[in-house]
Amino acid sequence: MRTLGWIAINGFRESVRDKVLYSLVVFAILLIGASYLLGQLTAGQDFKIMKDLGLSSIALFGLFMAVFIGIGLVSKEVERRSIYGLLAKPVRRHEIVLGKFAGLVLTLTVNIAIMTVALYAVLAYVGWGEDEFARQAREAPALDPALLKAVVLILVQLMIVTATALFFSTFSTPILSAFLTFGVYVAGYFSQDLRNFDQVVSSKPVQLLARGLYYVLPNLSPFDITSQVVHGLPVGWRYMTVTMAYGFVYVAILLTLGATIFSRRDFK
Amino acid sequence: MPFAIETVDLTKDYAVGFWRQRPRRALDRLSLQVEAGEVFGFLGPNGAGKTTTLKLLLQLVFPTSGEARILGRPPGDLVAKRRLGYLPENPYFYDYLTAEELLTYFGGLFGLRAADRRQRVSTLLDEVGLGSERRLQLRKFSKGMLQRVGIAQALLNEPDLVILDEPMSGLDPLGRRDVRSLILRLRDRGCSVFFSSHVLSDAEALCSRVAILAKGKLVASGRLSDILAFSVRGWELVVADLREEVLTAITSRVSRAVPIGGGRFELEVPTATPPDQLLTDLTATGARLVSLNPIRETLEDFFVERVTQPR
Repeated sequence: MRTLGWIAINGFRESVRDKVLYSLVVFAILLIGASYLLGQLTAGQDFKIMKDLGLSSIALFGLFMAVFIGIGLVSKEVERRSIYGLLAKPVRRHEIVLGKFAGLVLTLTVNIAIMTVALYAVLAYVGWGEDEFARQAREAPALDPALLKAVVLILVQLMIVTATALFFSTFSTPILSAFLTFGVYVAGYFSQDLRNFDQVVSSKPVQLLARGLYYVLPNLSPFDITSQVVHGLPVGWRYMTVTMAYGFVYVAILLTLGATIFSRRDFK
Repeated sequence: MPFAIETVDLTKDYAVGFWRQRPRRALDRLSLQVEAGEVFGFLGPNGAGKTTTLKLLLQLVFPTSGEARILGRPPGDLVAKRRLGYLPENPYFYDYLTAEELLTYFGGLFGLRAADRRQRVSTLLDEVGLGSERRLQLRKFSKGMLQRVGIAQALLNEPDLVILDEPMSGLDPLGRRDVRSLILRLRDRGCSVFFSSHVLSDAEALCSRVAILAKGKLVASGRLSDILAFSVRGWELVVADLREEVLTAITSRVSRAVPIGGGRFELEVPTATPPDQLLTDLTATGARLVSLNPIRETLEDFFVERVTQPR
């Protein structure tokens, strides 16, 4: 556990010293700020637009971080041969995979927290001094705590993306890992379509393939509750718990597979 | 007492080719033992299989067949790794860290307590001559400085066995001298040192035993004195007050005569000529003996002969 912590902290330190990460966070905060201007263009929908754009920015920039840092976590160690020095220390190979994952999740958590604070700050600024009539007319308060539910599910979704990127990077090149991870992410949003593919296509092999993919690929759409939160619709704790549990199980499976592959690999 | 390193028929094949993969043997049934407390040189030209062997010992790659033991335990064993130090060839460490942060990180992996870790990191950085650069990011380090950081991280845990892959690589003459004295210091405190090199003078100066590898196979192994003692190639005789006519008279008995200043001559005497007889004859003419040394085959001669001979 202590070893895992050291590897995670070092991974976190690597991310925070990477200038690319800063530019991503700054860009995301700018976009969240710009949502204020877009909100001004619509009558009475300004908070919805700001929340929608804000949460989407968090999800999108979180995705970039998860994929681009995730694919390099292991492959950079192998490519630059720093893995030689690391593996000579009293470290088990699976601890490297798990520690790297934990480090990136820590990085994502910190960055998402910063972006969330930025979003709340913009909402507070716009909502400040607003009259009672306008406040009553909205479906959800400006500083709606339910936004945090959406943020938490975005984080769990990004954990799946990180684990996917890490899994691919244990056996393939960074570029291929990035393509495959983005592919899984996109397909993960069409999971329900894959399930209903047999109603659209008659070919048996295609139906079987679609059904197989449905079971193998992660179902990512339940993690996106932006529209419910923006429109003030309730998101139950049961829904949150089940969705998060699904995410954690999926992450555990991916990490187990990634660690198994990594533990058997030759570092030529 | 178990061997520091022991391998039995250790073999590694790598798959080469893209579509039709076929095995290429990088190491072929290597059996050797490194005793505890000795400095062992692992020699061979580039591509001989030295690094593959070290990677097998550290479980960076898995053997095709055969087995290896480090400090009496299988490669990859955590108990063995706690007592092991390793310097990779051309080491790369996380360049976003400072030297101090890197050693602190590795010290943490070794389970050193915070106070011990701080003390050890500080002492080691001073010892390898990087005391004033401890807070500099590694990306600003020269190759030689990185090598020194590499050496420091290999000694963090006060290891019982140190494996060094080309430790002199990238070092200037001063750095090489430092590494040599470090290896001797490690030996003096009972640490086993196993180092690979293709610089033979290093091995000659440091090793009690060597193994020579060529094309993945062990071609020789043993004490340097055993490997080289039997091949005295002649004698080197330095004499003073040698008169011109005496030199002319002995021309047929020496293979080379070189004036070296101060009226002295260096004579190279082939093994066919008994040096004591020649010496008697020379001293009878009034010449004076300055020195007499056997010309031994050097490790380099032996190395070139063994690794280039057809197999």
